[in-house]
Amino acid sequence: MNALLLRNGRIIDPANRRDETADLAIVDGRIAPAIPTDAQFEEIDCSGLVVAPGLIDLHVHLREPGQSAKETIATGARAAAAGGFTSVVCMPNTSPAVDNPSVVTWIREKAEREACVNVFTTGAITKSIAGEELAPIGSMARAGVVALTDDGHCVQNHELMRRALEYARMFQLPVLDHCQDYSLVGKGVMHEGYWSTVLGLPGWPSAGEEVIVMRNILLAELCGTPIHCQHVSSGGGVRLIREARARGAPISGEACPHHIALTDKSLEGYDTNFKMNPPLRAEADVDALIGGIADGTISILASDHAPHCGYEKEVEFDMAPFGIVGLETELGLFIDILVHKKKAIDLPRLIAMLTVEPARLLRLDRGALSPGAHADVTLIDPNLEWKVDPGAFQSRSANTPFAGWELKGRAVRTIVGGKTVWAA
Amino acid sequence: MSQPAPQPPAPEASLVLDEQAIDRALRRIAHEIVERNPDLARICIVGIPSRGVEVARRIASNIETFEHVRPDVGVIDVSMHRDDLRLRPHLPTVVASHLPPDIAGLTLILADDVLFSGRTCRAAMDAIASFGRPRRIELAVLIDRGHRELPIRADYVGKNLPTSPAQRVYVRFRSVDDSPDSVWIDKE
Amino acid sequence: MSAKPKAASPPLAAPAWTRKDLVAIRDLSPEELTLVLDTAAAFKEVSAREIKKVPSLRGKTLVNFFVEPSTRTRTSFELAAFRLSADVVNISATTSSLSKGETLKDTARNLEALHADIIVLRHSSAGAPLFLSQRLDSSVINAGDGAHEHPTQALLDVFTIRERLGRVAGLHVAIVGDILFSRVARSDIFALLKLGAKVTLVGPSTLAPREFEKLGVRVTHDIDSILPEVDVVNLLRIQHERQRREYFPSLGEYTSFFGLTRERAERLKPDALIMHPGPINRGVEIDSEIADSARSVILDQVTNGLAVRMAVLYLCAGAARPKPS
Repeated sequence: MNALLLRNGRIIDPANRRDETADLAIVDGRIAPAIPTDAQFEEIDCSGLVVAPGLIDLHVHLREPGQSAKETIATGARAAAAGGFTSVVCMPNTSPAVDNPSVVTWIREKAEREACVNVFTTGAITKSIAGEELAPIGSMARAGVVALTDDGHCVQNHELMRRALEYARMFQLPVLDHCQDYSLVGKGVMHEGYWSTVLGLPGWPSAGEEVIVMRNILLAELCGTPIHCQHVSSGGGVRLIREARARGAPISGEACPHHIALTDKSLEGYDTNFKMNPPLRAEADVDALIGGIADGTISILASDHAPHCGYEKEVEFDMAPFGIVGLETELGLFIDILVHKKKAIDLPRLIAMLTVEPARLLRLDRGALSPGAHADVTLIDPNLEWKVDPGAFQSRSANTPFAGWELKGRAVRTIVGGKTVWAA
Repeated sequence: MSQPAPQPPAPEASLVLDEQAIDRALRRIAHEIVERNPDLARICIVGIPSRGVEVARRIASNIETFEHVRPDVGVIDVSMHRDDLRLRPHLPTVVASHLPPDIAGLTLILADDVLFSGRTCRAAMDAIASFGRPRRIELAVLIDRGHRELPIRADYVGKNLPTSPAQRVYVRFRSVDDSPDSVWIDKE
Repeated sequence: MSAKPKAASPPLAAPAWTRKDLVAIRDLSPEELTLVLDTAAAFKEVSAREIKKVPSLRGKTLVNFFVEPSTRTRTSFELAAFRLSADVVNISATTSSLSKGETLKDTARNLEALHADIIVLRHSSAGAPLFLSQRLDSSVINAGDGAHEHPTQALLDVFTIRERLGRVAGLHVAIVGDILFSRVARSDIFALLKLGAKVTLVGPSTLAPREFEKLGVRVTHDIDSILPEVDVVNLLRIQHERQRREYFPSLGEYTSFFGLTRERAERLKPDALIMHPGPINRGVEIDSEIADSARSVILDQVTNGLAVRMAVLYLCAGAARPKPS
């Protein structure tokens, strides 16, 4: 019998409304209902630590198949473990795209062999993520995708999006949408505002995101299919989602760390490590986003982990690809900013936004420390002070704007199925 | 009434020429120039910035005082023509040069405060070459302190001052430095 | 009574220029701007000499790296380099290996390996000169980067204004046209504000958005109201190319509402200056005769551009020198 005893930690298990100091036993890869008296335990002293259900990041780019120079399933999984995540949901904008069941199966089998954390897959809404024809959603559902998304792109044809939502409803698959109106956004590479004016870079107006958030709200209400707005970055988007949820629309939103940690002023040096999509916006948007997290409008947190090779990012600003890695800085930033600095939410709520909420949206059998559940556990030291060092990243890529940042709060041990896959 | 003693520019510097001595030297130089160049319409006294400009002005004024004709005065910027820019701690400030329109038939008398290595003078002659070809170039300096690095000599000298290469020579003019006219030298 | 106690005089030449690169006007202090203008005034005289050459940059290599093409600006930099006795090499996007997929960074590092001392870069990507200046020991001079800045154009604009009107501080300058996409407008705005001028932007609201007021300037869409008040009117070239089609309907409509016609020119103050960075579209942003009139300093701008570029090359090359041991 394989037994692990986590002693004396603060168990925060929002799914079971639990927040207390106690011991937790893991036997043969599952949470034990009670502490067995006859077992030989490996004991881990968790005093001063938070014992949480394994964290889930539902917005991660693992880059396989086809872009393994940036990241592989194996390295991405190690990065997740180092960040305290036991489950990741990977995006389909690979080469080829995940738009048919064989690619889904390929990824799942590779993850089974090589990934130290749980990897869940998503399928594209449209063939080749071209936004023109529906992908074989039913077959992909059968192959095990947990959601549909054209992430990286956004279906512009509203009629097509409506039909996709109706079809997806049959398979009870939620749709994750990267909200971007191509005509309004045009060639924009940064938030349209004072800084884009000064720097002479084409702007990406908030309206370019909000127009599609609104489209999604209306279609979600029309079709009854849940839509989850990825990486909400603007105050207007938060407001629209708040109003929609108040009337019961099946809409949700997620926030990424960079959109609450940075503003468009960071682009002053044209450093491509600050180039993301959607872009960093203004102070008012950051405040609105944090407010939306505090009042529950934004219910899920994620990283949008987007690795790129150094040479790809080290080019002229408007030619650089969008995106930054995020798995290994995500938890630290969220704890440091949301819990310690802004006091917007408490630890239990933070953990809920990274466990219960994504698990509920995607109907994953994870995110709780219920007896008999998979023993995916994250041990967190909410007061550990540490410095971000890209050189120490497990990820293959190091495109981060947070190099050198001093953060308070970090995962110190990641346990998947009862086995420690990473420890600080 | 004699002027009060001026402030030394450096703690241990000693005064070599006071206001009166400088005045006499520049008057003598003016006489020497007229002696050698009786046709004052054919000369131009060209100051090398920055203090050479003041020397040129004073020589021209002196000539005007006793000949009642003021010769042309010009400025020649040498900072664009120096050959030792790499070795200097500061990039020198450039000023606009100004010479008479046609220098072909003229005698240009370069004026500077101190003649040392001779490189400033060489740069000045180089600069003049891009304006044209004067009939003759002469050199007037207030102080010749020796240690030439090029085969250049002054035609008119206010005072010969033996120095060691490391010693600093300071020239002050009332109109430029807001301190009485004086020449100082560092203690050896 | 003895003179006031005074420290030893500072060395005669102690300029404030320590930058090996000129990437943006926005980085410069008013003192640095003034130093460039004063230096340019000195270099202007060189072009009036019989032999238009000084040896300041002798032995130095300047590379005109024009990824975005330009004949006028490139020629101006080329001549400035020749007047300073530098050796010049011209590279464009097609003649460089950028067309073969080499990155900008690798192309520039290759140039540096050939000991290029100064790289003059014009590029359609904003931030490209900054990018290179951070990675190379060579001096990098921004000859225009996307819609961001065109520093030497702004310098020659304020030089021309100062030369003609004796000052920049306190003057009211109007910039007319496609402001949104204009690097000239941005550099001009920064230079004029730093030197104490008042700036009003004029153009259709799609091309002269109110957003610019946050920079400290006024924005108006009514050219007729502003012309009698300004000391300088700077007209920007307007084009109705593909990328601008959504911003205004036609050149005809633009001219009718924003062009400097003969009637409008008459409403200017008698000694107001008319400027244009060139090339001019006669009959569009400016009436043909007005472009050639006495108040137009368009050709002075070209002459001054040469002096300004000589000053910039001299100062930046000087700051990039290895320091004496």
